[in-house]
Amino acid sequence: MNWIPTIFHRRRLFDDLSEEMQLHIEERVEHLQREGLTQKEAERQARIAFGNLALVEERSRAVWQWPRMATVWADVRFAHRQLRRSPGFTVAAVLTLALAIGANAVVFSVMNAFILRPLNVPDAQSLYSLQHGDAPDGSLSYPDYLDLRDRNRSFNGLIAYNFASAVLDTGNNPSSVWIQEASGNYFDALGLHPYLGHFFHASDEHGPNSAPYIVLTYEFWHTHFQDDAGVLGRVVLLNKHPFTILGVAPQEFHGTLLFFNPGFFVPLVEDPLLVGDDMNARGTRWLFQTMGHLKPGVTPEQAAADLDSIGAYLQKTYPKDEGKMTFVLRRPSLYGDYLGRPLKAFMAGLMLLTGLILLAACANLGSLFAARAADRSKEVALRLALGSSRKRILRGLFTEATMISLAGGAVGLLGSIVLLRALSAWQPIPNYPIHLAVNPDAKVYAAAVLLALVSGLLFGAVPVRQVLRTNPYEVVKAGSGRIAGKRMNAREVLLVAQIAICAVLVTSSLVAIRGLIRSLHDHFGFDIENITLAETDLSMAGYSADRVPAMQKRMIDAMKALPGVESVGLADSLPLTVNGSGDSIVFTDNTSDLRPSNAATDAAMFHISPEYFHAAGTTLLSGRAFTWQDDKSSPQVAVVNKEFARKVFGSADSAIGHFYKMKDGTRVQVVGIAEDGKYNSLTEDPVTVMYLPILQSPSTSTMLVVRARPGLDNGQLQTATAMRNALRKLDTGLQVSIEARDRTLTAVLFGPRIATISLGVLGVMGAMLSITGIFGMAAYSVSKRLKELGIRVALGAQRKEVLQAALGRAFKLLAIGSGVGLVLGLLATKVLAFIVYQATPRDPLVLAGVVLAMAALGLLATWIPAQRALSVNPLVLLREE
Amino acid sequence: MTETSPRDLFPGALEMMILESLRRQPAHGYALVQHIQQRSNNLLQVEEGSLYPALQRLLKAKLVKAEWSISSTNRRVRTYQITASGLRHLEQQISSFERMFEGIALVLNPGKSPAS
Repeated sequence: MNWIPTIFHRRRLFDDLSEEMQLHIEERVEHLQREGLTQKEAERQARIAFGNLALVEERSRAVWQWPRMATVWADVRFAHRQLRRSPGFTVAAVLTLALAIGANAVVFSVMNAFILRPLNVPDAQSLYSLQHGDAPDGSLSYPDYLDLRDRNRSFNGLIAYNFASAVLDTGNNPSSVWIQEASGNYFDALGLHPYLGHFFHASDEHGPNSAPYIVLTYEFWHTHFQDDAGVLGRVVLLNKHPFTILGVAPQEFHGTLLFFNPGFFVPLVEDPLLVGDDMNARGTRWLFQTMGHLKPGVTPEQAAADLDSIGAYLQKTYPKDEGKMTFVLRRPSLYGDYLGRPLKAFMAGLMLLTGLILLAACANLGSLFAARAADRSKEVALRLALGSSRKRILRGLFTEATMISLAGGAVGLLGSIVLLRALSAWQPIPNYPIHLAVNPDAKVYAAAVLLALVSGLLFGAVPVRQVLRTNPYEVVKAGSGRIAGKRMNAREVLLVAQIAICAVLVTSSLVAIRGLIRSLHDHFGFDIENITLAETDLSMAGYSADRVPAMQKRMIDAMKALPGVESVGLADSLPLTVNGSGDSIVFTDNTSDLRPSNAATDAAMFHISPEYFHAAGTTLLSGRAFTWQDDKSSPQVAVVNKEFARKVFGSADSAIGHFYKMKDGTRVQVVGIAEDGKYNSLTEDPVTVMYLPILQSPSTSTMLVVRARPGLDNGQLQTATAMRNALRKLDTGLQVSIEARDRTLTAVLFGPRIATISLGVLGVMGAMLSITGIFGMAAYSVSKRLKELGIRVALGAQRKEVLQAALGRAFKLLAIGSGVGLVLGLLATKVLAFIVYQATPRDPLVLAGVVLAMAALGLLATWIPAQRALSVNPLVLLREE
Repeated sequence: MTETSPRDLFPGALEMMILESLRRQPAHGYALVQHIQQRSNNLLQVEEGSLYPALQRLLKAKLVKAEWSISSTNRRVRTYQITASGLRHLEQQISSFERMFEGIALVLNPGKSPAS
């Protein structure tokens, strides 16, 4: 523990030492003077005899220093002083790095949350979800699920679940909640233990509606029951049916679909009561997802083969209901491949772009450090001449680089944490319990700091060669007036690379933004303006199937009676909403063997009221719309879209008046053709669609499409309030959500919007990086050549010539970099087209935009250096020499 | 700490000479330099400054102690004095140095046997 007192005494030790040495030299001087030397000569001789005072002192001090830490601390303090002396460089370097590290930390966290992090269940590594081999989803019918669960030999329990929204009434203020309907074995097969009370089990299920139980999520228990343990055993009303609360799920468990957090769990067998799906129909796939833990030693491939053999058996046994049934197993995290794959592709693309940002930042740092080293070559030479070791100078250099890296990393990380917190708190789609839990964890912090250090040190090392080769005598003698040659040096190559990368980012963000803007002004096959939707499910309000049509008619009439309403349509589902539509396979009229493999197409299916087309703004191309006479007692009719007509009948003209067959063999006559549109996503291929009269196949799901007369001030808002009041007058128990039509597109546009925002942000970052890069380069070249410029001005050079001399090279580099970047960016946007609707690189506006943007950036970045070059005063400059 | 003066004969030689000088009488830095140069007939051209890192090492190892005082010539000086452990250290150093010197001598003059 010797060093503890030394730390406190060090100051005195050092003072003693300095004084002692000073006295030594004085004594020598006196001695020499007594021998007859002049004072001046004596002082000189004394110093020569003593040797390098500073070096001796440093070495003497080093004896006392706590071996490494103290020198490091000294280096840090020195570096700190150095950096404070050049705030411009420091701020530029730290910001550059902070941008890059921040961007990478954000993207890495999101990827970490989306892709790397498994579900919060024990032994998540062996959990796999089922996905159809021929379709990107995992839906199953209930009988199929039972067969797969009971016949497979690969899983330790196969669970299934479905999402639904229901109205919960705990005695006051009924409210709509998202719930997860789960198979009886759900909690046991996942290996979960209740936080409170107990779960429901497979043994609780005895056929449809036999297990009216609720297991709350911890979050819901916390927010809606205030952590009240007395809630166990309580009976609450769900869609007006009594359910008993059994327990509370573990705190960190939010269900088995990442980011979609339900309020509570009810047994799947309660679905007929709550939602009304058919538990016996083999052909209706309404279970959302099925998953299970693989038995030890079973590979996913073996399990898939096992499931395939069951699928083959089912197809053979139930040829009328089942098509070819094959399976693949996927990690369940984000609904397997269905959402997972496009997301992964997008994240990979984003990772690539942020990687580019990092690269650009590194190039920027490299040229910053190189310029700084060149500026400091005189100082380095002086220090070398005064006896400093090269090692010492390099150590100082690396200390500076490390400090900048750490500062940049810290700033970047802080920024990213703020951003990620906001992202986690955000609910992107109204009315849906979607939470992007993307808070950074230790992995993210470690990655960010590591990235910062690596990039900082790597590019702090750029000037090393310069330092090692410095010949102090040459530099001190000649000054630092070397002028760059014709060939590009490493710094300029770095700058060109950086500009190219930034131009790629700017190009892709412009393409994405253009695509999004264009897609917003597209015609989707229905109108958006002046339309308000009211959405409800009559089963939630306790309506039985036979009471539904009359109620729906009353709702339509009530809406029509509102002032300012032009027309009202009703449908069970609407295109481009989150719920999506049902679909069904259909056959041509002359197909007699109605097995799924003979189907003509799998068509989306909308059940609509007579006035729907007019209210929604979907154009009827030919034929007629429905009437209220198209009910159960009249022949089945349909309006199909153009794509349907083309695919099933060969052409639109030959469809009218002809028949096709539904899955159960019912013949349906086509009475009208509607225009094509977008139904599930903006980027989808043409979809076949059939519209069926709502009276011929009633549904409790009710969506009112209310078209207001155009030109009404504040019409939307008034209509919404009036609609709510009118519907409440019809039935106070009705839970209705009312929204403007364009707002409902939020969910569909979510992906493209996020993509565009991310790309936009990256584009801005790229632009900022190119500004700092060009600015650094231009400012440096102006300051290097200030003397030369001064001479030119003195010899009568014009402003134009001065500018040309000072900044010509910077602009040339900018042009080369932008050109390369533009080409690369256009190639890269081909990838974008998969995510952003109508993202086409062949867009003159985008091309012009990129060129303009880069030119503007160049002007902005060179503005200050240009001013400095123009204000050169030759007299002042030449006098300084 | 490998930081010995480039003109040191070998690591520790300077320290040994300092300790030997101090054993005879306490002295301050300047006097030590004078003493070593005189005793070596100016054969050892030691940079005066190189004395100080060596002195600090000795201080740190508690082989010497230092005190500010006024010299006979009425100067403020920092006088070094050898400690008990400094004496022991010096004895060891000298005996190991002598053995080493003997060994080197044998290698350099192979004709002479140690017995003669």
